[in-house]
Amino acid sequence: MKILVCISHVPDTTSKINFTDGDTKFDASGVQFVINPNDEFGLTRAMWFKEKQGASVDVVNVGGPETEPTLRKALAIGADAAIRVNGPATDGFSVAKQLAKVINDGNYDLIIAGRESIDYNGGMVPGMVAALTNSNFVTNCIGLEIEGNTATVSREVDGGKEVVTAELPLVLGGQKGLVQESDLRIPNMRGIMMARKKPLTVHEPVETSSETNSVSFEKPAAKGAVKLIDADNIDELLDLLHNEAKVI
Amino acid sequence: MSVLVYTESDQGKFKKVALEAASYAKAIANELGTTTTAVTINADDTSELGKYGVDKVLKVSDPKLESFSAKSYADVLKQAAEKEGTKVIVVSSSINSKYLSPILAIGLDAGLVSNVVELPLSSSPFIVKRTAFTNKALEQCQINTDVKIVALSTNSFGLIENSAAAITEDFAPSILDSGVSVKSVDKATDKVTIADAEIVVSAGRGLKGPENWGMIEELAEVLGAATACSKPVSDLGWRPHSEHVGQTGKPVACSLYIAVGISGAIQHLAGVSASKVKVVVNTDPEAPFFKAADYGIVGDAFEVVPALIEKLKDFKLQNA
Ligand SMILES: Cc1cc2nc3c(=O)[nH]c(=O)nc-3n(C[C@H](O)[C@H](O)[C@H](O)COP(=O)(O)OP(=O)(O)OC[C@H]3O[C@@H](n4cnc5c(N)ncnc54)[C@H](O)[C@@H]3O)c2cc1C
Ligand SMILES: Nc1ncnc2c1ncn2[C@@H]1O[C@H](COP(=O)(O)O)[C@@H](O)[C@H]1O
Repeated sequence: MKILVCISHVPDTTSKINFTDGDTKFDASGVQFVINPNDEFGLTRAMWFKEKQGASVDVVNVGGPETEPTLRKALAIGADAAIRVNGPATDGFSVAKQLAKVINDGNYDLIIAGRESIDYNGGMVPGMVAALTNSNFVTNCIGLEIEGNTATVSREVDGGKEVVTAELPLVLGGQKGLVQESDLRIPNMRGIMMARKKPLTVHEPVETSSETNSVSFEKPAAKGAVKLIDADNIDELLDLLHNEAKVI
Repeated sequence: MSVLVYTESDQGKFKKVALEAASYAKAIANELGTTTTAVTINADDTSELGKYGVDKVLKVSDPKLESFSAKSYADVLKQAAEKEGTKVIVVSSSINSKYLSPILAIGLDAGLVSNVVELPLSSSPFIVKRTAFTNKALEQCQINTDVKIVALSTNSFGLIENSAAAITEDFAPSILDSGVSVKSVDKATDKVTIADAEIVVSAGRGLKGPENWGMIEELAEVLGAATACSKPVSDLGWRPHSEHVGQTGKPVACSLYIAVGISGAIQHLAGVSASKVKVVVNTDPEAPFFKAADYGIVGDAFEVVPALIEKLKDFKLQNA
């Protein structure tokens, strides 16, 4: 089985978000970048298929050279090879087009992406990739087993979960649950050394266009100060929630 | 030309997010000088949609669509959009609408923008405002394609009554094979879900252990609220993962979010800050959550929550 894990390179969750160039661009200065958390869960699950079922695991990112350390980290965690499609990730559609090309050329059976990336929160790349490659698609995945050509996937739905089956080739949108937090792997020295020798291939992008583009960014309006209520005065809280906030 | 809206239903009844999407579609249709057409799939009574400004309903009823399938549902919407010559499609941010919209976008060569929080800032060029960086920023985003799909953030527009005729027309599209078959569903039908709840009661590590959640559940019950928790609480197995909210958990965009014994780490706040009113109960006056809250009580959850439950019961009796 050939697995491809799509890795989006995102600011660490603790990053302060700022913009430059007249609020038209994300300001990456001083920001630490990481593997998108949803993709890290998927990558860790892929390692299980590698170790238990002999799968091969490639990782891919669409982005500039600055994303290579993130791909190297994925190699250090255990992926076999990395691909970087050398192009700016301008919108979900153009990224999906690039990924579809990699998938078609590489004949992958299983494509694991994340439910959403925590930077632009598009939540659209995996579904678009599935539609472009004519693969089955399941998102919000919290569990995955594969037997032969059939995947059994648990997925989160409003108010619970459901179990579905689908034939490969299959595209997944993963999230926590695919593995537990405690299963995540921190690359060790040996992994890091080995990652240096693993292939990281740069592909030139195919011609595509963006369907959407960012015009500008702004910060949400600052919040007013909190109203503190004495612990002995719950009546006041109820009064405020009822008459001022009008939420009860 | 009319604005198309997917009005999602569950067991035949419209979801609140569907009525919000309809209200929003109507407002866009007014700006564009056109009408609103809703697509319903196995919904019972479609006349309710008129109240939210829907002029025409394309009613699809087909047993093959009984369980949700992103691929087949997206294809139904595609056929409806083509039939109506639609340029703008509105969907909600429910789990299922988010699931199908990228497939629909590819099917129609349409540009898709998710997490939209306001009416379009301009219609030509078509620019919408959305949240990004998990609510840490707002982005103005332009859609350049002929057909545009706008996915509206939950509770960002509200329900707007707007009486219209809602003429219902039966629509029988061809149905694609879904490729994904549902084997089992495990859903608590008697509980409000985090996605649908007006009020969410959430608790963190300050509660010390899973045995102390009785009062949180009781508080939620009195308020008709859903229960949620911080990430470590679900990682520790005190509560199910489905209750984990925040940047890497479920997003929350409710009217009232009550956080008990949660410190207010940046990853937690990011995922819940779209909620309108936030109340915090924490022993530590320096807890970061107080900076992000509307109302706060510095106090011990084990005293404040039981007192709150008692007072709320009285309040409910008086205001019943
Ligand atoms: C990549 C990444 C992603 C993350 N994603 C998320 C996410 O999606 N959601 C999330 O929640 N977290 C997330 N986190 C974790 C986050 O950083 C915090 O660790 C977490 O939110 C803290 O949970 P807590 O507030 O329950 O616990 P703590 O930080 O331990 O806070 C407990 C609070 O309870 C208070 N307290 C103690 N006793 C009482 C009492 N008797 N009465 C009242 N208050 C009391 C304390 O003063 C304290 O403020 C993420 C972290 C990382 C690194
Ligand atoms: N530039 C990218 N390169 C590779 N994979 C990506 C990229 N952007 C998004 N993805 C994948 O698509 C998922 C969802 O991203 P998004 O649609 O941007 O929210 C991510 O979790 C990744 O798995």
